[in-house]
Amino acid sequence: MALAVRKFDAVIVGAGGSGLRAALELSNAGLKVAVLSKVFPTRSHTVAAQGGVGAALGNMGEDSWHWHMYDTIKGSDWLGDQDAIEFMCRMAPEVVIELEHFGMPFDRNDDGTIYQRPFGGHSQNFGERPVQRSCCAADRTGHAMLHTLYQRNVLARTQFFVEWMALDLVRGADGTVLGVTALEMETGETVLFQGKATLFATGGAGRIFSSSTNAFINTGDGLGMAARAGIPLQDLEFWQFHPTGVAGAGVLITEGVRGEGGILLNRNGERFMERYAPTMKDLASRDVVSRAMATEIKEGRGAGEHADHILLKLDHLGPEVIDKRLPGIREIALKFANVDCARDPIPVVPTAHYQMGGIPTNYRGEVVVPAGGSSASVVPGLYAAGECGCASIHGANRLGTNSLTDLLVMGKSAGMSMAEYIRAQGGAHPALPAGAGDEALARLARLDGQKGGEDVSAIRDEIQRTMQAHCGVFRFPDLLVQGVAKIRALGDRLARTEIKDKSKVFNTARVEALELENLYEVARATMVSAEARKETRGAHDREDFHARDDASWLKHTLWYREGDRLAYKPVNLKPLTVDSIEPKARVY
Amino acid sequence: MKESEAVRSRELQRLRWRSRRGLLELDIVLGRFWAECGEELDDSDAGGLAKLLAMPDNDLLDLVMGRRDCPDPALQPLLQRLKAA
Ligand SMILES: Cc1cc2nc3c(=O)[nH]c(=O)nc-3n(C[C@H](O)[C@H](O)[C@H](O)COP(=O)(O)OP(=O)(O)OC[C@H]3O[C@@H](n4cnc5c(N)ncnc54)[C@H](O)[C@@H]3O)c2cc1C
Repeated sequence: MALAVRKFDAVIVGAGGSGLRAALELSNAGLKVAVLSKVFPTRSHTVAAQGGVGAALGNMGEDSWHWHMYDTIKGSDWLGDQDAIEFMCRMAPEVVIELEHFGMPFDRNDDGTIYQRPFGGHSQNFGERPVQRSCCAADRTGHAMLHTLYQRNVLARTQFFVEWMALDLVRGADGTVLGVTALEMETGETVLFQGKATLFATGGAGRIFSSSTNAFINTGDGLGMAARAGIPLQDLEFWQFHPTGVAGAGVLITEGVRGEGGILLNRNGERFMERYAPTMKDLASRDVVSRAMATEIKEGRGAGEHADHILLKLDHLGPEVIDKRLPGIREIALKFANVDCARDPIPVVPTAHYQMGGIPTNYRGEVVVPAGGSSASVVPGLYAAGECGCASIHGANRLGTNSLTDLLVMGKSAGMSMAEYIRAQGGAHPALPAGAGDEALARLARLDGQKGGEDVSAIRDEIQRTMQAHCGVFRFPDLLVQGVAKIRALGDRLARTEIKDKSKVFNTARVEALELENLYEVARATMVSAEARKETRGAHDREDFHARDDASWLKHTLWYREGDRLAYKPVNLKPLTVDSIEPKARVY
Repeated sequence: MKESEAVRSRELQRLRWRSRRGLLELDIVLGRFWAECGEELDDSDAGGLAKLLAMPDNDLLDLVMGRRDCPDPALQPLLQRLKAA
């Protein structure tokens, strides 16, 4: 069956901050741009960002992009590529001011400049003292960013395809990317979107873990599509966790609770942080607290029926203090943990928050893979930006507020590279190969025809439980080895998912089954990459190799779906214009 | 299935998908709401739900968490069910 084809200069999958920023660049350049999104653009996950966007504007005191660069490299535990990091930190002030001119309602100082907040990890003069670098719009920075960029895109005549789900990449015989296949949810029809350049801006895949701060749409679709098309996924062993999300829900409980005197207890009611951090106790740094919590759970001292969480006790503070100093906490605990925290403890677990790895790109947003003797050969026609891309700016750990910076800088950069590439191609679109789009049609047909198969939500739960228990914030060698076997075994079941409802119109069950296929690729890449990396670096924290090992592991992981194969490529320690920041111990 | 029922079921399917949000908190609350009340939603509920779901995520969350009062009294009963879910 021949698919209907719609032709554009640029096809962008994803309408979060990164996709919208790229689209604007292209539409303003007079190109014909399609943006596909599973949900209405302003409901993309970027809406959740509150903390702000980091840029060395120096509005609150002296600052420089070079210091921002140092902080980002140190935060990355030296796994970030220094050319990409220099690029982002230098561009950050420009893209933030641009956003201001687009109408972003930033908070302001009395003199009219953008107000900047302090945020952990950002410093003056190469780590000397904290600096205020985060630009925000009250506690709705992400929301304001999406609205501003969406409005601008409407003015620039970007064409939006809302409630469309991209299914698979379409590549020519020589590997050039020609577009994507996509499912229109309203009709159930599949269409081929042909573009002279294609961008993935599909966000993170935090839903691979059972405890995650990410919304349900964050299923890693771009990564799944890339992996199926033979493109490796980079550095997926690196996931940032937050110590206290509500067990089973993922909703964050602010660290302020421990700051105000809340304490962590195991199933025996023991205040275990006294053993792990005798001085700082519950106020120890995030990674120390997360590691202690994970160790208690691993050693059978977790609370609850499944001994799988920790208790955060704050009733001793009294209801008045809780209501005054921690506004909103009681409502959150009641709604998402079903406890009144003025009486009972809140069940919490370390919770996945941000994906540092992704589709390998350079700082121009071009997807790069090892080929022909180069470790970074450009895949013609394919670009990635935002949380799904890996340039690599965040390396082994991301600094707060640097993700929104990444969306703006890499979104714009990818848009500029795409415009150049599109212009160089001239007039007509290349011919599509015979059978273009067949992969997606075959997957859909398999799903619709499956009988006596597996339940989608059961497999999703199994993936999430396995990732949480075997590849969480603190990693144990025996659990990782078992985890690889378990995730591999799930592959056979995944190939037999069945949906009972075969209707065409807004069939959420079908969409979820398709999302699961993407989620699985990311989970598998994460588990296999984590098991293999025998060191501790940034967010990848191993019990058995508890130190960074630059001699063996100062390199990026590349995971290939075919045969679960791993390859490695060097970290770029050479910035664009300044001296390299040499690896040293990362202490704060 | 009568034609009107088909239209209604299509509308509900659409609303079910639109309950996928950018904020995790709303995904959870709406998920519970569909599990508890999905079967019994009538046309007027569907109309109200469509209005709530058209709101920006942060505003809807404020309503659900009781931080703000509902601007449209007609939506109040439905919002109560959402809050109770
Ligand atoms: C609670 C929370 C708070 C945060 N706070 C901050 C902060 O203060 N500062 C900061 O820098 N970072 C913060 N982050 C991280 C940051 O918000 C994200 O990394 C960032 O918003 C990701 O943006 P994105 O453009 O990559 O993707 P998203 O905003 O996730 O958008 C992805 C888009 O892709 C679309 N899509 C996905 N798959 C498909 C498909 N198959 N077909 C069609 N469309 C598809 C979706 O519909 C969506 O439009 C926070 C994260 C969380 C969870």
